[in-house]
Amino acid sequence: MLDNIDKKIIRLTQDGLPLATQPYLNIAEQLEVSAAEVMKRMQQMLDKGIIRRIAAVPNHYKLGYVANGMSVWNIADEKILGYGKRIGQLPFVSHCYQRPRHPGVWKYNLFAMIHALDRNQVEKHVGTIAELVGDDNRGHEVLYSKRMLKKTGMRI
Amino acid sequence: MSETDSYQLDDIDKKIINALQKGFPISARPYLEAATDLGLSEQELIDRIQRLLKQKFLTRFGPMYDAAELGGGLTLAAMSVPENQFESVSAYLNSIKQVAHNYEREHRLNMWFVLATEQQGDIEKVIHQIENQTRLPVYNMPKEHSFFVNLYLPA
Repeated sequence: MLDNIDKKIIRLTQDGLPLATQPYLNIAEQLEVSAAEVMKRMQQMLDKGIIRRIAAVPNHYKLGYVANGMSVWNIADEKILGYGKRIGQLPFVSHCYQRPRHPGVWKYNLFAMIHALDRNQVEKHVGTIAELVGDDNRGHEVLYSKRMLKKTGMRI
Repeated sequence: MSETDSYQLDDIDKKIINALQKGFPISARPYLEAATDLGLSEQELIDRIQRLLKQKFLTRFGPMYDAAELGGGLTLAAMSVPENQFESVSAYLNSIKQVAHNYEREHRLNMWFVLATEQQGDIEKVIHQIENQTRLPVYNMPKEHSFFVNLYLPA
């Protein structure tokens, strides 16, 4: 469980890591704990998956990855874990989740978000996934984004 | 054209973006450590990251927290919004603080948004609020299983 110090570390870093030579010490000083304590706690959060990773997040659009296609797949429930794992490993997939179907409205249970330079490349990537799933693919679609209506960071 | 639009990445920027999207160390002098691997000075790396953030080539730099692991609620939801209501429903959704992302997509289900709430139980409440206000069904698609990803978009 997260305690108050963990929560304070999260609040201080959710907008980013300090751009100072000793960023963890910088956080530690604001919390009146040692830098070693901050590093230990962040490492633990990383190990537990509370922190997915510490990294730079590129702006897909500015790097030219302007085509974003949400590929959705209908895969037998008993086979989804194996395929999900393999699809998540593909370098062009930014999110990969199993989600519920809505009978009559929505038949897809696996979502893989694809980023590419253009729609042709998205389609190629979709082909790569289709090949990987083979005969276990009971149907798929790609939903292209038309407009980003809102995007804010997650906040606690 | 603004300065933001005209700035071109050089090879060093590209190397930084490519290396740091894979990870950043937890250590006393992490910038020094990363800079050494890249053949840069510590200060040059810090200055470059700062500029890449300012020029919006990077949207973030630091730890990425998993909202679900933090105990909050998180879900993806979709709606099929008729053309003549689209702008008003979009404006309404965007005014809700728990709506973190919202995309228009080319599909019968044309509105896709992420809800992030402080408490897990608040997801249902927000969905009911949206359904009552818009008189349209909201299809809730919370993740049932999350697969590890290895995204890498070379600059």
